[in-house]
Amino acid sequence: MKRIAVIILLGVLGFFIFSGIYSNEAFTEFGNVDLNNRVSNKFITKSVTDENDIVEFGKSSNLETGSANYVTSIVVNYRSFDTLGEVTVLFISSLGVALLLGTLGGKLTHKYRANFILRVGAKTIFPLIALTGIYIFIHGHLTPGGGFPGGSMIASAVLLLYLADENFRAKMSSFKLAESFAGSLYVLIGIFGLLTSGYFLNNFMNTGVIGDLFSAGIIPIVYVLVGLKVGSELTGIITDFLKVEVDE
Amino acid sequence: MIQYVSIVLMLIGIYGLLIDRNIIKIIVALNIFEVGLNIFIVSVGFVSGGVAPILTSVNSNSALIYVDPLPQALVLTSIVIGLGTTALALAIARKMYNAYNSLDLDEIGGMDND
Repeated sequence: MKRIAVIILLGVLGFFIFSGIYSNEAFTEFGNVDLNNRVSNKFITKSVTDENDIVEFGKSSNLETGSANYVTSIVVNYRSFDTLGEVTVLFISSLGVALLLGTLGGKLTHKYRANFILRVGAKTIFPLIALTGIYIFIHGHLTPGGGFPGGSMIASAVLLLYLADENFRAKMSSFKLAESFAGSLYVLIGIFGLLTSGYFLNNFMNTGVIGDLFSAGIIPIVYVLVGLKVGSELTGIITDFLKVEVDE
Repeated sequence: MIQYVSIVLMLIGIYGLLIDRNIIKIIVALNIFEVGLNIFIVSVGFVSGGVAPILTSVNSNSALIYVDPLPQALVLTSIVIGLGTTALALAIARKMYNAYNSLDLDEIGGMDND
């Protein structure tokens, strides 16, 4: 009975969404988007506040944002306040997981003993994964990726260590220190922008030539901080999930 | 086409949310719903023939046709928030399992409805 009611409800909902977007002038057909009519055109020519005709890789310099990756320029420059909120949401959820599971003290024991290849391979591959993660968040303004994927990669490296050795425990105090350091520094950069140029999280540094590693002003700095913060938060979540209740 | 597929995915997710009584299945349904929504948002910014919105030494000019970067940036936010909610939901599910020894909402509520 309930099943039928739900199917009818979803049919009605689906019909409304379909008829809303099907051959609707306001909703452009898939693939026929003209970016000149959209705000993204301003992001691509980097002319939200400045007037700019054309941006060239390796040549244009001192633009309003020097990031070669447009997604990064939106995430960490134009909508950086949004990203601060996003990082806060992740922090609160890791805090919630810690509140729910962090009080448990026991250790999860694996049902198997990790074999030789896993134990040795994990130790060999851990620095490589961590290094790739760091590379990804340092090059967030040039290549795909950034703080969030890089941070997740570092957390996945820690997870590999957990899988290989059941007695391994990450030093959570240093991760917590890195997390709070990165989070406070992000806010401080924002406040510094507010004091020096009048806008919170304003890009107060020289943006350099597009395509250089040392370019884009505060974007790489903020993305490194975001990467550290996300990495330590996800490591904290993994560590909390591996705790079990102590049998009394 | 892919927009309609993503809407179907969203509807499947809502169906799972409404029908399933197992907490883990509800969390999986929530994730399916979210993936459908993310695909829909990204597809809104697709331009046929457009390249990925990154300036490189190959695509070195802003006059080229790029896909819309704004929906991708929004989906990046949405993925991270989805990860946070999933982690929190799983933590709550584990707590419930510890307390009631069951993941079924009907068994936990002690009720018997259909």
